[in-house]
Amino acid sequence: MPRIIVCLKQAVDVNHIKVDPTTRRLITADAPKKISDFDKNALEEAVRIKEKLQGEVVALTVSAEDAKTTLREALAMGADKAYLVTDPSFQDSDALITSHILAQAVKKIGSFDLILCGEATIDSYSAQVGPRLAERLGIPVITYVRKLSLEGNHVIAERSLEDRFEVAKARMPALITVIKEINEPRIPSLPDILKASKKEFVTWSLDELGVSKEKVGITGSSVQILEVLAPKGERKQIKIEGENPHEIAENLAKALIQKGFARR
Amino acid sequence: MNEFKSVWVFSENRDLMLEMLCKGRELADKLQTELAVILLGCKIKDQAEILIKYGADKVYVVDDPKFEKLQTEPYLSALTNLATRYRPEIILIGSTKRGKELAARLTTRLETGLVSDAFKLEIDENKRLIATRIVYSGNGVATETYQTKPQVATVQPRTFEKPKLMERKGQVVEVNVTLEEPKTEVIEIKPVEVKKVRIEDARIIVSGGRGVEKKEDFKMLEDLATLLGGYVGNTRPLAEDRKWFSEWVGLSGKKVKPDLYVACGLSGVIQHIAGMRDSKVIVAINKDQEAPIFQVADYIVVDDIYQIVPALTEALRKMLKS
Ligand SMILES: Cc1cc2nc3c(=O)[nH]c(=O)nc-3n(C[C@H](O)[C@H](O)[C@H](O)COP(=O)(O)OP(=O)(O)OC[C@H]3O[C@@H](n4cnc5c(N)ncnc54)[C@H](O)[C@@H]3O)c2cc1C
Repeated sequence: MPRIIVCLKQAVDVNHIKVDPTTRRLITADAPKKISDFDKNALEEAVRIKEKLQGEVVALTVSAEDAKTTLREALAMGADKAYLVTDPSFQDSDALITSHILAQAVKKIGSFDLILCGEATIDSYSAQVGPRLAERLGIPVITYVRKLSLEGNHVIAERSLEDRFEVAKARMPALITVIKEINEPRIPSLPDILKASKKEFVTWSLDELGVSKEKVGITGSSVQILEVLAPKGERKQIKIEGENPHEIAENLAKALIQKGFARR
Repeated sequence: MNEFKSVWVFSENRDLMLEMLCKGRELADKLQTELAVILLGCKIKDQAEILIKYGADKVYVVDDPKFEKLQTEPYLSALTNLATRYRPEIILIGSTKRGKELAARLTTRLETGLVSDAFKLEIDENKRLIATRIVYSGNGVATETYQTKPQVATVQPRTFEKPKLMERKGQVVEVNVTLEEPKTEVIEIKPVEVKKVRIEDARIIVSGGRGVEKKEDFKMLEDLATLLGGYVGNTRPLAEDRKWFSEWVGLSGKKVKPDLYVACGLSGVIQHIAGMRDSKVIVAINKDQEAPIFQVADYIVVDDIYQIVPALTEALRKMLKS
C-alpha cells in the first residue's frame, strides 16, 4: 500500500492581483490565496491512487504564512494527514531553500513511496522545486507527467515533452511532477469538508526541522528579487466602429492594409 | 580555489544553443571573459568547430553514446563535473522541458541559484548577472539577481537572436567524464503530431478561443489566416479540454511575437496574454466589451466573431483585388 506525499504551495490567486497605477508595483498582499493549480492535480492523482490501491496520502506545505485553510481544503479533497511547516522568516525564500526545507520535512515524515508535485506554480512558474527536492533526496524524478500508474515497486509515467511522449519507469521511492492534463481535480462535498476538520494536522517550525532561520528568506536565498513591476503595455486601443458588421469589417480591413498587412 | 570566470552555454536543442550563444557573447564581452559551449552528445565532435564561428571561444566536448537517449542523469553528471572543475561564472541552459529539469537539478548539486525563463540578461556595475522574468502568470515582470555562483539561468526558445557566422579562432577541448547511469528507464516513445509550420515562426497569427463553438468553425479563422499569409493559433481550453489541437499560445504553451495577432473570441486571461503580449499589432474581436483582451489590443471590435471574421476576410479579399 503506497504512502504518497503531495507537496502543495499556497499561491496568490493570480487573477486577483491589482496594480498600483503610479508605481506599476503589484499589490499582492490582499489577493486571495489558494492551492496552486497543478499542485491540486497532483493531490487529485494521489487520492485516485489511494482509492485504487489503498495506502495513505499526506499533504505537505511550506509557507511564511498560516496556510491552515488551504491545507484543510487538501484534507477535504482526500488527503489523510496534513503537515504545515510555517515560519515568517521563510518569506522570499528561493527554490533552493524551499526544496531544502521540504527535504527536511520529508525526512521527518518518514518512509514514503511517491512524492507528487505540480509541474510549476501559478505565481512563480519556475518548475524548480520538484526536481530540486528529488535531487536532495537522491531519488528518481519524472517530470511533466500526464498519465501515471504503479506496478509493484515501480512507477510508470507518461511524460509530455515538446517533441514526443515518453513512457518512463522508475523504482520507488520516486518523485513525479504532473501537468494539468492528468486529471480534473474534484470539488469536495460538504460531508468531506466536515470530515476534514477531524483529520490530523501537524504544524512544524523551522527549528523543529533543524533549519536555521539565518539560512532561509532573503539572506539565505541565492536568488534575490530586486523588484516586481506590472509589464508596460501601451497599446492604441482604437475601437473600430460601423453601422453593421460589414462596415466594421471593412474599416478594420482598411486599417490592416494601411499597416502593411496583406499587400496588394 | 580559482575564482569563477567564463560564461557557459548548454542546450540539447541546437537552435536554442545558438540563440544563447549570441547573448552569451555579449555577456562574456562585458565581463571580459571567455565564452564556452558545452557540447554533449553522441558522435557530435564534428559539430564543435562551427560553434567557434558562431561566437564561442571554447567548446568543451563530451562525446558518449550514453547521451543518445536524452535521459537527464548523463547530462547532469557531465555538467556537474565540468562546472566543478572549471568554475564558470554564468551558465545559460536552454529552457526545454528537459533543460528545465536539468537546470534545477544541476543548481541543487552546485548549491546555487537558478532564474527560470529569463527573457532579459544584463551585467550590472558590480559585474553581477541581472535576469528578468515573467511572474504571477504574466501579471508581473521580476528583476532578479544572484548571491551565489555560478549564476544560472534558463532561456526559452526565440528569446534571443541567432548569431551570424564569423571568421574567428577558438579551441575545442575534448573532456573525459564518468557519466552516471539513468535512474529511470524509457520503455516507450510515442511521437507527437508535428505541425508543418511552427507557430513561433508565423508572421501573422489568427487565434481562436472558446468563442469558436465547433471545430469546423475554425475554418473561418483559417481562411482569414491564409489570406493574410499567416497561421492559426488557439487558447489552452481548445487544446486541453476540447482536444482540437495539441498546442496553444500562452504562458504554459507557445510564446509568440508575430507582426500581427488577431484574437477572435478569446477573453485574454492573463496566462494567454503572457504568450502573445509582444506581438507588434494586436487586433481583438470579442462580443463582451469588458473582455480583458481589449486592454492589450491596438484595434478593438466589440462584436460577434461569426459576423466579423468572414466579413473581414471578404472585405480584405475585395480590397486586395481592386
Ligand atoms: C497555470 C495556468 C496556465 C495557463 N496557461 C494558459 C496558456 O498558456 N494559454 C491559454 O490560452 N490559457 C492558459 N490557461 C487558461 C486560461 O486561464 C484561460 O482559461 C483561457 O486562456 C481561456 O480561454 P478562452 O479565452 O478561449 O476562453 P474564455 O475565457 O471562456 O473566453 C471566451 C471569450 O469568447 C468570447 N466570445 C464567445 N462567443 C463569442 C462570439 N460569438 N463572438 C465574439 N466573442 C465571443 C467571450 O466573450 C469570452 O471573452 C492557463 C491557466 C492556468 C491556471
